[in-house]
Amino acid sequence: MSTPQMDMAEARKADSLKSARYERLRLLARSWTFMAGLIIVLFWVGCALFGSALVPQDPFNGDLLNTLAAPSADNWFGTDQLGRDVFSRVIVGARDILTVAPLATILGTILGTTLGLITGYFRGLVDESVSRVIDAILALPLVIIALMALVALGTSNTTVVIVIGVFFAPIVARTVRSAVLSERELDYVAAAQLRGENAFYIMFAEILPNVIPPILVESTVRLGYAIFTVATLSFIGFGIQPPSPDWGLAVSESYGLINGGYWWTVMFDACAIASLVVGVNLVADGIQGALES
Amino acid sequence: MSFSGLLLKRLLLSVVTLWLLSLIVFAGAQLLPGDVGRAILGPLADARAVANLNHQLGADRPLVVQYLDWIGHFVIGDMSMSYTFRSPVAPFIINAMLNSLKLAAVAFALVVPLGIGGGVWAALHVGRPLDRLISVIGLSATVLPEFVTGIVLIMIFGVWLDWLPITATAPADADPLTQIYYLLLPSLPLVFVLFGYIARMARAGTIEALDADYTRTAVLKGLPRRTVLWRHVLRNALLPTITVIATQMGYLIGGLVVVEVLFHYEGIGSLIYIAARGKDFPMLEAGILSIGIVYTFATLAADLLYSALNPRIRFGAVE
Repeated sequence: MSTPQMDMAEARKADSLKSARYERLRLLARSWTFMAGLIIVLFWVGCALFGSALVPQDPFNGDLLNTLAAPSADNWFGTDQLGRDVFSRVIVGARDILTVAPLATILGTILGTTLGLITGYFRGLVDESVSRVIDAILALPLVIIALMALVALGTSNTTVVIVIGVFFAPIVARTVRSAVLSERELDYVAAAQLRGENAFYIMFAEILPNVIPPILVESTVRLGYAIFTVATLSFIGFGIQPPSPDWGLAVSESYGLINGGYWWTVMFDACAIASLVVGVNLVADGIQGALES
Repeated sequence: MSFSGLLLKRLLLSVVTLWLLSLIVFAGAQLLPGDVGRAILGPLADARAVANLNHQLGADRPLVVQYLDWIGHFVIGDMSMSYTFRSPVAPFIINAMLNSLKLAAVAFALVVPLGIGGGVWAALHVGRPLDRLISVIGLSATVLPEFVTGIVLIMIFGVWLDWLPITATAPADADPLTQIYYLLLPSLPLVFVLFGYIARMARAGTIEALDADYTRTAVLKGLPRRTVLWRHVLRNALLPTITVIATQMGYLIGGLVVVEVLFHYEGIGSLIYIAARGKDFPMLEAGILSIGIVYTFATLAADLLYSALNPRIRFGAVE
């Protein structure tokens, strides 16, 4: 029963959807904070992918006759206490954190979305009890609860991903749940229910595509927190392990030296973390602004 | 719902949250390692030594018995013995908590006026460059890990300018002012993180209140701008900010781990850190649960304060 008018209406609707999407992209491209954030993030992603092939010196093996050298033409950022080139280490140091943090975010988003769909869709007792557990987990700062789990499980890149991912899940679930709560009142859900679709089909095939925007926003925000948390855990020795040139780890290995004036052993790593975290958050902020406008 | 009813309901919910939290902590510390004795002695230790230690620690009893034993003693203030220090945990926790509260108090005393001032200032200049600047600074400062800001601040104020001491602990028997002086630098990374949250909340609240009908009425009545701002705008604008400040209290007490480690300060954060390094599970459990308790009650207090200050809730007009 497709009449020409309906086709045209459909086409117009599709057009306006497409132009809305285009409009959002245009808004994003015009926002200088978003573009600045994107450039910073892409720079570090590039370093993570190709850094080890490009750096001037071996980031792992130092020249033991040239330890703690100040920045110079040979070592742009100086050398550390083992004579390793700090510049090369900062560039290659992007790799581990940019592997662990995104994986943890993806895991947390998948788990959290599932949990959020279930609690939001079924409500009632399931919702009530899961929400209480979520409250209890959120009553502790992530770094502390992750610390406890990592002590128990043992620290490795894999356990860090799992622990952060699992503790992100309730936070993501909370966002997804509230989106699902308003979505499930809409007619298309009732129609699917009347058609006799099963609950999981409705959750994942009908509701999920409509709650993608808040999930996208939440996961970019989570990525910022994941980087924050991984860096912090590495700094206190429960994150990425030696001999990785990871930034948080480098700061923790060398911060005792700044009293002696060897600022270059920590300052470049600190700035690298700062730029990456701020970059990711500028991107997240931009996406949030564009989707909510 | 009446105020006392609200109080009772919130109190019950807090107790439930804490009970669940105790289960999570217990599970984390007792179940995840699988074999506590093995986790302490390491993979090379003799099996009989491990079994012996497990028996000594009571870790060979059924889990339910272990949990009840642990939580039963915790409730009456007996937090069992530290593995590392071989003495009761409770005095360590109390002492560390007091130290952390001192540090947190200094951070709060700095960040609350700064955050509220910055947020209100930005709201009064909404859309102008100054507003954008405060927002971007707030956003950036909030997302930086404390050890990053901490290390940069140590470098600038502690080493280059040599203005502030770089350890947090004042010499013994120092007077309160000296203690505060020593805590200034360690509190700054916390101020950085919190500033953005508080300023954002204060800004949003002020913008909303400036737009409200009662503000327009007050202006049209011919009240001076200062009166309108103080009596009509800020009173309403800052209510939600109170809640944010209290929730951040929990973050502060927990987020202290890094700052305390960085500045060698003997607070709850560094106590947990030391316990984690030494696999001192009783200390770790007690420390984490104590943070949970402080956080839960801070949130509860904020909720109640908010309700008490908000006439619409106080008089039962809305739920």
